[in-house]
Amino acid sequence: MTPEEIRAKDKDIHAFLEVFDDAKSYGEGFLSGKTIAIKDNILFAGHKASAASKILENFIAPYDATVIKKLKDAGAIIVGRTNMDEFAMGSSTENSAYGVTKNPHDTERVAGGSSGGSAAAVASGMCDMALGSDTGGSIRQPAALCGVVGLKPTYGRVSRFGLIALASSLDQIGPFAKTVGDAEILYEIIKGQDILDSTTISENTYPRKKKFSKVIGIPRTFVESEGVDKDVKKNFRESVEKFKSLGYEVRDIELPHIKYALAAYYIIMPAEASSNLARFDGIKYGLHKDGKDVIEDYFKTRGEGFGREVRRRIILGTYVLSSGYYDEYYGSALKMKKLITEELRKAFEEVDLILTPTTPSPAWKIGEKSKNPLEMYLEDIFTVHANINGCPAISLPSGFISALPLGIELTAGLGREDNLFIAGKEFLGE
Amino acid sequence: MDREKVLNLAKLARIEIGNEEADSLSHEFDAILKYVGEVKEVSDSPRKDLGESLGLSSGIRNVMREDTAPHESGIYTEKILNQAPAREGDYIKVKKIL
Repeated sequence: MTPEEIRAKDKDIHAFLEVFDDAKSYGEGFLSGKTIAIKDNILFAGHKASAASKILENFIAPYDATVIKKLKDAGAIIVGRTNMDEFAMGSSTENSAYGVTKNPHDTERVAGGSSGGSAAAVASGMCDMALGSDTGGSIRQPAALCGVVGLKPTYGRVSRFGLIALASSLDQIGPFAKTVGDAEILYEIIKGQDILDSTTISENTYPRKKKFSKVIGIPRTFVESEGVDKDVKKNFRESVEKFKSLGYEVRDIELPHIKYALAAYYIIMPAEASSNLARFDGIKYGLHKDGKDVIEDYFKTRGEGFGREVRRRIILGTYVLSSGYYDEYYGSALKMKKLITEELRKAFEEVDLILTPTTPSPAWKIGEKSKNPLEMYLEDIFTVHANINGCPAISLPSGFISALPLGIELTAGLGREDNLFIAGKEFLGE
Repeated sequence: MDREKVLNLAKLARIEIGNEEADSLSHEFDAILKYVGEVKEVSDSPRKDLGESLGLSSGIRNVMREDTAPHESGIYTEKILNQAPAREGDYIKVKKIL
């Protein structure tokens, strides 16, 4: 598609914040001829990167993110930057400062988030693949709601150098694609240890000890919990049957603490965000609003430059890190992280994969959940454990309910993306 | 949580917010903190040391690189200074502090 064709098609969707007129191939490789869209929080030298925020409205990336360098070397054509919730804070792209992305399957509904633009761009065929970032489900949830494949790799597998940070202990870049095979190709291109990101891992960090034996565990009480749509449960049972027919052994497992992952997440994430976003001061780069002195410049720039959800999370993060509450909230959340990590480590000694729905419901109507932040936060219930623990997880299209796509999520042990690709391809008949 | 508390937190975070937003945030924070507060009860048993939770005893360590020149000096100067709201020569310009 030409830039004009993408823009014409995107009129009804608003997946892109910008379609590049100068899109071209920078080399020859595995991605030669492939068109790729990037989330607006990934730096591509010479192009805007705004994280869908007013505070970075005119920010031009001075350098390439490591993933962009890798895409260029592999011959990919980067076609544009995609819409997202501001600073990746949200599950619907309704928090973008530049308007909501609509679901290609029903334009009155959300595309999910925070990487909603990337998911919608792939789902509507405006690009072959896309990159997103996933801090609590921001690749997998929009992938499920738009009916495409979305992968969050193991924490540290893909360099975050050049990714605008939300919560550094949870953030990870990953691919969107129509098939598991394509997602795997893009993953293979972008992964790898990077001297510019000290949290990246080597091939030896998590040795592959256990042979894949087609055993799937289901945290039954978690999946059957209240608040999960009955059609989602039905679709999930059908997906379980499909895995059984493919020769998988499916057993129930107990993960008593996994339901607390979301609570721990909504302490750790705002805490890290409040610290990471302190850099936006109206002095070094980005928006500047003038006050009577330096300190008032800060207040005005940050008050006007950040949207409501970003202000909410920074202030919440300031609270959970403040003296007197630090141990009570942040300390407890880290202890919970430890319990969940131990629980998952033990589970993956018994099973190769854990299966859940990706989301508790299909795509909802635009505006339906934006009044109540807690209700929106509960959207991440089935995805956050992977960020809390760092393990890889993939969302696979699993069918439709009233023309709206649904997804199932497979989680594997640390470093075991290989198991996700094997089972994912079998499930989708690739 | 009341309005004054929220306004004080916003001040610590260097974000200007109005009274109306502070009121609304105070109610939202009550609901959010009630939900996330679940971790307090559960993670108290078995009690784990905070240092251990942070992974300080599990072999996780900082990865450092040599503090040598990473690129040719000056190649990013213009690109970076052009992003600054105010500059003077090769400096970012700020208001008087004292």
